[in-house]
Amino acid sequence: MKQEPITIEDFKEFFSKIVRIRTIEQAIAERYHAQEMKCPMHLSIGQEGPAVAISMQLNASDKMLSTHRSHAHYLAKGGNLTMMISEFFGRETGCSGGMGGSMHLIDKSCGFEGATAIVGNTIPIAAGVALSQKLSKSKNITVVCFGEGATEEGVFSETLNIASVKNLPLIFFVENNSYSVYSPLAPRQSINRHITKISEAHGIKSLKGNGNNIEEALAISLEATTYVREKRKPCLIELETYRYLEHCGPNNDDHIGYRTKKEIDFWKSYDVIANAKKAIKELGVSPDSLEKLIQENTKEEIDNAFREATLAPFPKIERSISYEYA
Amino acid sequence: MNMLNKNSVKELKQNKRINNFADGIAAAFFDSMRYDPTVLAFGLGATDPKNIFGTMAGLEDEFGNERVFDTPISENAMTGMAIGLAISGYKPVLTHQRLDFSLLSIDQIVNAAAKWYFMFGGQQSVPLVIRMIIGQGWGQGPTHSQALQSWFAQIPGLKVIMPAFPKDGYNLFRSSIADPNPVIFIEHRWLHQMSWNGEGRVVSPTQLGKSNQISTGSDITIVSNSIGSVYSHHAANILKKYNVGVEVIDAFNLRDFDINSISKSVAKTGRLLTVDFSHQFCSIGTEIIAQVLPLNFADLKIAPERIALPNFPVGTSFNIEKDFYFSTIDICKKIESMLNVTFPNIDDELKEYQSSSKKRFDGPF
Repeated sequence: MKQEPITIEDFKEFFSKIVRIRTIEQAIAERYHAQEMKCPMHLSIGQEGPAVAISMQLNASDKMLSTHRSHAHYLAKGGNLTMMISEFFGRETGCSGGMGGSMHLIDKSCGFEGATAIVGNTIPIAAGVALSQKLSKSKNITVVCFGEGATEEGVFSETLNIASVKNLPLIFFVENNSYSVYSPLAPRQSINRHITKISEAHGIKSLKGNGNNIEEALAISLEATTYVREKRKPCLIELETYRYLEHCGPNNDDHIGYRTKKEIDFWKSYDVIANAKKAIKELGVSPDSLEKLIQENTKEEIDNAFREATLAPFPKIERSISYEYA
Repeated sequence: MNMLNKNSVKELKQNKRINNFADGIAAAFFDSMRYDPTVLAFGLGATDPKNIFGTMAGLEDEFGNERVFDTPISENAMTGMAIGLAISGYKPVLTHQRLDFSLLSIDQIVNAAAKWYFMFGGQQSVPLVIRMIIGQGWGQGPTHSQALQSWFAQIPGLKVIMPAFPKDGYNLFRSSIADPNPVIFIEHRWLHQMSWNGEGRVVSPTQLGKSNQISTGSDITIVSNSIGSVYSHHAANILKKYNVGVEVIDAFNLRDFDINSISKSVAKTGRLLTVDFSHQFCSIGTEIIAQVLPLNFADLKIAPERIALPNFPVGTSFNIEKDFYFSTIDICKKIESMLNVTFPNIDDELKEYQSSSKKRFDGPF
């Protein structure tokens, strides 16, 4: 958890973490074709920036909840890689015992309280987690990650309201990648609608920036977490970013035409890793050797995780029944 | 945290005066919250001057506005917030003045509360109670009177509890709060005014059971719940005069009903009638009969029958309501036809029952 101004070390940490996550996600995409990970897979490639920026401002006792696309959040918060991969393989040793798959990740040891698959579902649950922090006079805070699509659900506004009424230590963390599956913003949100104005209308401090821009993402995350920790009030962050692959699955789907070439080219030229490299270089550090080191270390991590996952036993239906009631 | 010492038992006995079912629910709140500081109570109107028909009276004064509070009209967010509290060490109780409003929170109930323990591989339970009150009469109409217990009972991960008598209301409510799972606790509005002096309260909540046998007989088995059990109990008492033995099993735990006790009773009586306050189609009564048939096929002297509500919504008009709902009288008449007998002067008997039974619910809600 960093509360002091952003340093060169923060830049290096940010860079290392986004490279690690992208390396992991790319490995999953490559190995998905073997059809051993039999579950819907929503990869975070392209969207690593926001997850890492906010997580760098959190400690293990702070809580995070997320959505169907949660790999980057889980990993950035400190979730166990082997247990995540084992979950994709449907094994008993998976982080959800093989019951949840990619869309239901959890690692309570690092404060990752759960990700669920229905859009907007964890937003009010995070308010309850934040209320528990308030009632128990904890100094910790809660972050709930979701996409701009979830802001179209009624429960988003309902939760903004109660978070403001009860002064909850909660960060609404919106990653705006402009698409809900294949549906663009135009039919879904009025051009005159601004997410940060919705939250501001509820009396909630709101910050907006580009999640692929290292300086912006880190500065906004620091400002928001400092505010929520000190004021014990909610805050909303909206970070723009872009998903590189298809909504669900390991492939590129640029050829099917729901996103323009111009748009895709813009975002690829504004890649978070490329941006971070540039920023680090300007500070006098060579990013290439660091990138190579991280990639090598991560590859070893990944190989271990996949090996352990494939060796682990499958859960039995009898065990599944025992999970019905506590 | 639920263990009571001698002084607290005394305190419990001296607790606020209990006159009826609604007071019993309030007392169960008091006793749960006093001995377990993690219990929270909220819902729309929880702290207003009427306190949800008196069932939450005095709680805010006693426990403060952090543990007892009114809410925005945001059923889905309030349910999600309750789940978030439940996975963070608290035991929230969320109250809906009418079951119908809980339908705005189906995502949270079905996709989150019911699934959380399961989908994360048994790591985190959700100790949560959602109270829902079913309305009847005084023109409650199509969307203030729905009895949708069968919906909830079909969802793995939920427990569905429908108490009948005030003592059960108190005891089952405390057991529901102590249970580590999400419990849908459904109260029929008319039960709230049933008289009770607090006799029979347990000091510490027990594990949630499955059923109570509330009358014994060898001619017919009734399996019922909620207000249906109250009517069935009355019917059993009336029919004693005709030497008809009615065995009534109050199956208050809807998803986990006591099939062994029911089957044993049917083996004895050879006749089964279910009395279930809900639409008949896909009802709990239907499920009970489906489970009894293969177990007791050879024991049954006649086909099992169901008393339930019609398969269409209730209209608001008083004239429609009186034909839509069943009562003790309908149960007696159904038994008369199932036994293929005539109860002499039964109409006079029922008329007397009707005039002596409590004043009907007279609104406004």
